Amino acid sequence: MDYTASELMTVNAARLLRDGDTVFVGVGLPNLACNLARHTHAPNLLMIYEAGVIGARPARLPLSIGDPTLVSGATAVCSMYDIFTLYLQRGNVDVGFLGGAQIDRFGNINATVIGDYAHPKVRLPGSGGSMEMAAWANRCYIITPHQARRFPEKVDFRTSAGFLGGRSERKSKGVRGGGPQAVVTDLGIMEPDETGELILTALHPDKTVEQARQNTGWELKVKDKLNITQPPTEKELRILREELDPTGIYLKGGQ
Amino acid sequence: MTKLTTLSKAIEALVHDGDTIYAAGFTHLIPYAAGHEIIRQKRKDLVLARATPDLIYDQMVAAGCARKIIFSYIGNPGVGSLRIIRSEIESGRLEIEEYSHFSMISRLQAGASGLPFIPMNQTAAEDLEHANPQYRRLTDPYSGREVVVVPPLNPDVAIVHVQRADRYGNAQIWGILGEQKEAAFAADKVIITAEEIVDEEVIRSDPNRTLIPAFIVDAVCHVPYCAHPSYTQGYYDRDNAFYLQWDKISESPDEVKRYLDEWVYGVSDRQVYWEKLGNDLHEKLKVTDSFSAPVNYGAY
Repeated sequence: MDYTASELMTVNAARLLRDGDTVFVGVGLPNLACNLARHTHAPNLLMIYEAGVIGARPARLPLSIGDPTLVSGATAVCSMYDIFTLYLQRGNVDVGFLGGAQIDRFGNINATVIGDYAHPKVRLPGSGGSMEMAAWANRCYIITPHQARRFPEKVDFRTSAGFLGGRSERKSKGVRGGGPQAVVTDLGIMEPDETGELILTALHPDKTVEQARQNTGWELKVKDKLNITQPPTEKELRILREELDPTGIYLKGGQ
Repeated sequence: MTKLTTLSKAIEALVHDGDTIYAAGFTHLIPYAAGHEIIRQKRKDLVLARATPDLIYDQMVAAGCARKIIFSYIGNPGVGSLRIIRSEIESGRLEIEEYSHFSMISRLQAGASGLPFIPMNQTAAEDLEHANPQYRRLTDPYSGREVVVVPPLNPDVAIVHVQRADRYGNAQIWGILGEQKEAAFAADKVIITAEEIVDEEVIRSDPNRTLIPAFIVDAVCHVPYCAHPSYTQGYYDRDNAFYLQWDKISESPDEVKRYLDEWVYGVSDRQVYWEKLGNDLHEKLKVTDSFSAPVNYGAY
């Protein structure tokens, strides 16, 4: 069965979600992954959005983080101060999705600047909600295409914390969240080892370790028993294509 | 006392060169008409504060209104970059003060609550704390652990768009609530723009929905469609196509100038702007009604 890189990443991200999870959702692929999970194995997934929407049931594909379709039919709406305090800081969020221009060996993310902060080569959008989400959600996931420029050994700027220089350093800071749990790419899945370093733990069908190594900016370690992910099923693809993103706004990306 | 006035008079009286402005609204209810009026009145050296500067501040920066921006996410939501703000920062022409959403909103919360600072738990991502000296650390006197603190943000003027308000300024919002209430209480002056001006009795029939009370409001302006290309929940949809279009327009300074000439300087007010957008777009942005179940407050 044919599928795009975006479909492959979305399906694999959806499978990481557990029924009953409270997820801080972003637009784009994370939104599709959450809705796919809700339509398959996780019917009790609670979706909350940083715009202050709880229990969203978007009837159409949201095109911005504050799309009105998130509000219609939701269980609650609150202010941004409330969403970041009562929900996130208090510890009521199980899962956060993160993204950025650079992700390093220890899962630290840069969404702020390429180059020097005061004299940036490229000025990126900045933290938004990600700084606190990365710190305080129980588990964080990252969905991003596998390209060397996206995976440098060290990020130019730590917009949000992974394991800093290793698990023990994050632990010493006393932040409540568990940090990044998986990076889902179009080649496979990377997960942190016992030191917090991202290593290759799964490959998608027909992808190679060599491809993953070539597209990673540090010497990528490979798990002893490397998993091969199950290809997207007909059902998963049908839900994505027919119900969630029928015009392919987010899913046509990739191959 | 009625505070009804035109948007043009409100901006003239309350927004001055050099002021710190907070045009509120997280994706929802962004008061574009007020931004355009500030551009038309050629205000300068403004400090523009917003969690998400959005196209409204990209346009105001393009028009030369700003000397500095205070923000927590400078993207075109759902599209990509805010090209003008981005290039002004990259070239060093625009001063910035940057936060995460939570610390930005915490500054407003402190400002709105009359507090000298607000504490937040640490995030372990310390680069922004080091880049922005407004972030400080304090020792929690109870646990002995360090917390991160930010000072209050008290804008000179907050501009808040709402679904309905009475002529005194009691204002009701539903849908995404963003930081409107905090911005209004934090600011020195408050301008309300409203889709509808309703009788005080309508407000009094549903007091739980009032986010902003009249006594902190300085001007009330009846400005239907004020938020386009943002949206007003239940009134009209977000014009997502325009957000994509701006991505193209803002690639070229000539196109930006042409846009401002035609859609800002070239129209006298929001009504003219809305008519100029045309019937096809009006139809496209129309929303189907979906009413909440009424609540019974009881007659006591």
